[in-house]
Amino acid sequence: MAHTLTVNGTSHQVDLPAEVPLLWVLRDALNLTGTKYGCGVAACGACTVQIGGEAVRSCQVALADVWDEVTTIEGLGTPEALHRLQQAWIDHQVAQCGYCQSGQIMQAAALLAQVPSPTDAEIDDAMAGNLCRCGTYPRIRAAIRAAAQTQEG
Amino acid sequence: MASIGKIARRTFLFGAVAVAGGAAFGAWYVSRPLANPLRPGAGETAMNAFVVIGEDGVTLVAPRAEMGQGVQTTWAALLAEELDVAWEDVRVIHGPPATAYYNTVLGKEAVAGSGYDTSALAHNFGELVGKAGRFFDLQVTGGSTSMKDGYERLRITGAATREALKQVAARRLGIAVPQLTTENGQVIAADGRALPYAALAAAAGGIETPEIVLRPRSEWKYLGTSLPRIDMVAKCTGTAEFAIDVRLEGMRFAAVRRAPHRGGMHDFDSRAAERMPGVEKIVDLGDGIAVIATNTWLAQRAADAVEIRWQGASGYPSTTEAMFEAMAEAFDGEVDSTLRDDGQTDTVNGYLEVSAEYRVPFVAHAPMEPMTAAALIDAEGLKIWAGSQAPLFAARACAEAAGVSDDRVQFTTTYMGGAFGRRGELDFAVIATRIARAVPGTPVQVTWSREEDMTHDFYRPGAIARLRGGIAGGKAVMFDAQVSAPSVTRQVMRRWMGTAPSRPDGIIVEGLADQPYRIPNYRVRGYAADIQPPLGYWRSVGHSHNGFFHESFIDEMANAAGADPLDFRMRLTREEWEPAYGVLEAVREMSDWDGARPEGTGRGVALCYSYGTPVAVVLEVADREGRVALTRAWVAADPGVALDPRNIEAQLTGGLAFGLSAAIGEEITFARGIVQQRNFPDYEPLRITAMPEVSVRLLERQARIGGIGEVAVPPAAPALANALFDLTGERLRTLPLRHRVDFVT
Repeated sequence: MAHTLTVNGTSHQVDLPAEVPLLWVLRDALNLTGTKYGCGVAACGACTVQIGGEAVRSCQVALADVWDEVTTIEGLGTPEALHRLQQAWIDHQVAQCGYCQSGQIMQAAALLAQVPSPTDAEIDDAMAGNLCRCGTYPRIRAAIRAAAQTQEG
Repeated sequence: MASIGKIARRTFLFGAVAVAGGAAFGAWYVSRPLANPLRPGAGETAMNAFVVIGEDGVTLVAPRAEMGQGVQTTWAALLAEELDVAWEDVRVIHGPPATAYYNTVLGKEAVAGSGYDTSALAHNFGELVGKAGRFFDLQVTGGSTSMKDGYERLRITGAATREALKQVAARRLGIAVPQLTTENGQVIAADGRALPYAALAAAAGGIETPEIVLRPRSEWKYLGTSLPRIDMVAKCTGTAEFAIDVRLEGMRFAAVRRAPHRGGMHDFDSRAAERMPGVEKIVDLGDGIAVIATNTWLAQRAADAVEIRWQGASGYPSTTEAMFEAMAEAFDGEVDSTLRDDGQTDTVNGYLEVSAEYRVPFVAHAPMEPMTAAALIDAEGLKIWAGSQAPLFAARACAEAAGVSDDRVQFTTTYMGGAFGRRGELDFAVIATRIARAVPGTPVQVTWSREEDMTHDFYRPGAIARLRGGIAGGKAVMFDAQVSAPSVTRQVMRRWMGTAPSRPDGIIVEGLADQPYRIPNYRVRGYAADIQPPLGYWRSVGHSHNGFFHESFIDEMANAAGADPLDFRMRLTREEWEPAYGVLEAVREMSDWDGARPEGTGRGVALCYSYGTPVAVVLEVADREGRVALTRAWVAADPGVALDPRNIEAQLTGGLAFGLSAAIGEEITFARGIVQQRNFPDYEPLRITAMPEVSVRLLERQARIGGIGEVAVPPAAPALANALFDLTGERLRTLPLRHRVDFVT
């Protein structure tokens, strides 16, 4: 049965079983590979996307259960038109291997949408579900702080 | 690879270059010209194996794995510095597996065998590559060698290319070479006439260039400054292509399930799986199965639904306890290596003696991108897309698995979503090849589930250390270390080259015999436990455990001597090696070591010398109502030349995090031969909430350039254990520390 899904403002008809997680719809059916697979059990945050502005683990949302429009890293900003968080990430040279950073940025974007000027503790709390094996955490903190200031200013 | 052998062998451009100015390439190296594997299209010229010049600019082939360490950015800067092109205009590609790209550091150190600070890794390579004649197969990214390897090689390549272009320009313009300058991709005459490199390149190939004098540091434009990484924008916009992101026309997606005990498979029943949606084929891998489907998740689900009867034994002890028993027993057997034996260590001679036993567990690599590769077998041969730290070994293993000759393999190395040594293994590319063989003409991408990745890793082995120390007059006067662990090297070499070194495995004790402390009576012995659990190189390899053993025990000796642990170390290093003293002095100042300490905090220091670079760390912990938080860390390192300070800071911070992660929480255990940890909930890496703030300072006092990618891992665990001792008075000698300490996570 075909399911209708809106991703980054574009509507798609997806012919996959209802229980296929959104992650694998995005990656293997729609070729939106910016969203990453890390664990499949919501323990690492690499697959974080936004549904209706809320950060969710796309490995845990079945295709049939997607309740609103989906935004992925490709929809947040592009190399030619960066989101201010992506700009902050580049300014702070955050990424090392880079694999987890799509999820990190999508999580941070949801945080700043809700809490425009987060405290250090609020940043750590919001980002606690996103693993980075390269240890980029100090620069993630710095980039979020900087983006929050840009937003305020 | 497909292009090697199809082009005429030609001499390296710099093969004939005489090098002056102290940039001494080994004579052995320059006397062995290697085929240039590059075969560029029309309008482009491969100046040598590293530089392609075309109408649209300069391409650098940087054939080292980009796994997070920023190698491509700094290699581009090394080339641009001498070639006189704008660094930001240099395009970088990984390039093919080819002998021209062998790692000169692993190779040169291996052949030269230069002693004191030649890594055990290089020594082990040395014997094998010499014996097997596979020296040039060492296109390996590892051992923190990329900058040591590229530092002279890429600058010489840039300078030799520039000089060849100038000679062509001199002929065309009728002007002597000394009257020409180069800037921004052009040769410029004094009268203002300018010729772009692209117009000269085709005629410049094969020109012998005169003596090269590399530019002094005072003239550097790019090196020594912090450059924006060339992969940064792509990695922040989801547009960087990892192996898991490769998409090809008609591609299918596969999942694997292999014997959890690493034994064999009796049989399997896939009838139910075959009827599941999206499933196209079940492949018998001999020691497991693969499912090919239209979607990775559908393949994973069907793989789980295959009923498999496993059989056979593991080929190693079935429990972690039995493995540690074998390690303990190895102390009673033959010594595998004695890397150092100075003075008198057997008798106590009136010293104050301290002794202790330490243990570390098996740990996994667990890179964020699980093992994955894509493969296609068709009439042209085999095409592979994978992130590999050893692409020549991988390409050859894949050729064998596909049943095609080496020259029909096209191997594309992608960005790597973390590696830490894991992607030096060949298994994931070989399995993709075997699955592709079942569906000729169809490209297949194989993604291991996290569970498959974690239970089929090649682990950093557990190890046991027995340490004795002697103190007199408040100073260390005797140090005697024995370490027992199974040999990683013998396994990895067997997988890479089909043969294992006969010599001792110095990696078991690396980082114990060569620490920059002046202790007159000094002995280090290694014992190779004769067990074969799956083992592999893990970021900083033997240093990862020996740093913990050594620097925790030095702390015990300082405590027994009644000395401040930083003073104790500074006294031991001062006469031995000034750069080591320098990094200790730096963290003393950075952390205000001698100032007032906040109530309820503890501090630990550690100094580790690995891969040519001394690194000192001071770590602060704080009591948070009975739980322990890591609050601040200060890191000082002396890599000799800091080619890109901001990137080096990132590597040191990341290395520290990697070491702390293992020290606090990581542990792999076996039961019935099966790894018990399957996913991140059972194998918890460090999260942002546990990460301290980190300050880094770089010193450049030592004469040689050192490694960076791994060097902050070894001091992490001992700095933490020493800080906990300072906080609680309890000495913790077994990792992971979470078994004894309730950390804020």
